[in-house]
Amino acid sequence: MSKRSIQLTRGRQRWVEETLNPALQKSPDRPGSFTTVSDAPIERLVTVEDVAGFDPDTDVGLPGEYPYTRGVHPTMYRGKLWTMRQFSGFGNAADTNKRYRYLLGQGQTGLSVAFDLPTLMGRDSDDPMALGEVGREGVAIDSLADMERLFDGIPLDKISTSMTINSPAAILLAMYLAVAGKQGVAFEALDGTLQNDILKEYIAQKEWIYPPRQSLRIITDIMGFCAKEVPRWNTISISGYHVREAGSTAVQELAFTLADGIGYVQAGIEAGLDVDSFSPRLSFFFNSHNDFFEEVCKLRAARRIWARVMRERFGAKDPRSWKLRTHVQTAGCSLTAQQPYNNIVRVAIQALAAVMGGTQSLHTNSMDETLALPSEMAVTIALRTQQIIAEESGVAATIDPLGGSWFVEDLTNRMERQALDYIERIDRMGGIVNAIEAGFPQREIAEASYHYQMQVDSVEKTIVGVNKYAAPAGQDDHQIPILRIAMSVEHDQVESLLRLRRERDNARVERALSALERAAAGTDNLMPHILEAVRGYATVGEICARMKRVFGEYREQPVL
Amino acid sequence: MTSATKERRIRLLVGKVGLDGHDRGAKIVARALRDAGFEVIYTGLHQTPEMVVNTAIQEDVDAVALSILSGAHMTLLQRVLDLLREKGAQDVALVAGGIIPEEDIVDLKKAGVREIFTPGASTQEIIDFVRTRIQPRRG
Repeated sequence: MSKRSIQLTRGRQRWVEETLNPALQKSPDRPGSFTTVSDAPIERLVTVEDVAGFDPDTDVGLPGEYPYTRGVHPTMYRGKLWTMRQFSGFGNAADTNKRYRYLLGQGQTGLSVAFDLPTLMGRDSDDPMALGEVGREGVAIDSLADMERLFDGIPLDKISTSMTINSPAAILLAMYLAVAGKQGVAFEALDGTLQNDILKEYIAQKEWIYPPRQSLRIITDIMGFCAKEVPRWNTISISGYHVREAGSTAVQELAFTLADGIGYVQAGIEAGLDVDSFSPRLSFFFNSHNDFFEEVCKLRAARRIWARVMRERFGAKDPRSWKLRTHVQTAGCSLTAQQPYNNIVRVAIQALAAVMGGTQSLHTNSMDETLALPSEMAVTIALRTQQIIAEESGVAATIDPLGGSWFVEDLTNRMERQALDYIERIDRMGGIVNAIEAGFPQREIAEASYHYQMQVDSVEKTIVGVNKYAAPAGQDDHQIPILRIAMSVEHDQVESLLRLRRERDNARVERALSALERAAAGTDNLMPHILEAVRGYATVGEICARMKRVFGEYREQPVL
Repeated sequence: MTSATKERRIRLLVGKVGLDGHDRGAKIVARALRDAGFEVIYTGLHQTPEMVVNTAIQEDVDAVALSILSGAHMTLLQRVLDLLREKGAQDVALVAGGIIPEEDIVDLKKAGVREIFTPGASTQEIIDFVRTRIQPRRG
């Protein structure tokens, strides 16, 4: 210990004895424990000695430089604000197209497509399993015809589009490329993101089709294809969002997401791709929950871990491969059906944390999230929340304003260490795919989510308006207008699908599907075959059915 | 029920129907009910109404508790009620949980869904409901 830190330690001891203890005798701490929403203990006070052994130059560094703790861009929000990107989709393609045009008209700067469950699961709207689900949680897309309607009048070279789609990601990407082709836009001019993160599906979101190893083959085909043909496309958005929504802690979200990222990079290298050819196009997607500092520190720790993993573990040489660029969405699971207006405040705090954590793009949830898909009023307030943070609060004027706070740096270090412990455990299991097959992340999350629910039930953790400050029975202000999806959407969508199947060139569809099936059984890149199939108006369900014949289907052993 | 009833433990089927993968709530409820002393069978994901009703009958459960967060509740719950009736198992209580709007709750209860729990319900409320409102179907 240096002379200076010994003095500081003495200084703190003196403070405890002379100032703190007498004060505590007069007025003790509030009852209960001081922990984050993830149940991590928080110290009363953090001082410089808590970050002893930590080197601000190499551990924090400067913005736009390795290890990017303070942000991936040298100018951060002074140069360009984050992209305000509201996730949206419902009903049929024409309904959603109208909402997109509205959002773009309100100053939104990117699109983000929410697909309905049948599409997410690779099933057509007339599939028996799709019963009751068509157009409910997102927009129903069966074929290129729907995709053409979805982007009607929206020039694909002028906007960036994020598509939340995983198992059938290659198909929806192919449809987007086909629409671009029809608009006369070159693939190289396209800017956007596929979620395409299948590993977190097995861990948390549970929208899978094929088993993990076969799914990784499709993903490496997408990475290889885009590196050559669609160079500005972000091929995977490695997502912690759903891990957190499934009930994980912040550290688990951080750890499992980065472990998934390591899994994709490993798979790309094993498929023979050069690490720097595809890694710059990997991006991330994190949750932002209620605990402000835990969220800020999670994002700072994520950037530092990823930079080191990419440079030191995978030997990436291109600095773009080291940078963790991320989208953030505020935590849907934190919002309440009770007193829904309170959700506006929660979202504002969570969005502020994402910005202070240095996100590149942001979705703010609407206050009616726990009741239905957002109404136009609710989504407008959510977007205005971002605009107020960006243009009124002043926080976007300086880079990483919380950097250098002893508390923030110490919490960042602690979360980094705990995440690295998890990553080491997963490495010892032989990597993330083995860990998933053994049910490890699933079990850890189920434990954490049960533990949290017990804390809520015993009011150890407060949810305002639910387990504390609840409105008297019958007096809850529940009456916010919500969006209803007409029952006719499903019927109309099925009708239009049946018409398509009658009217298209079915011989062309069959040729394309057979070629795709052969490619799946062999080693050809699947993307050109999928592109040919969608151009002939083969449907999502038909394409997935052919691939299932070769790849099989995943079945989960449920973990309680 | 009489005081002389040698109480058979209440058997419950907790399940997820449709394509909805949101299983956080279903798993917490299944575990809380099991910890409260009930016999709980958890179906896992992506069950059809037919699969749920068949399992309910095979496993001789007293109630079926389904979690739906996808908005497909009107269609799927009605289908489960119809199938229970068709198969002569209408005395199996159907309970649901999830994101279900107020107006739909009224209609679903009229149709025969015994109770519906929405976001914010505590596990204790659900346990209390089962204790007081679900009876073993046979002696």
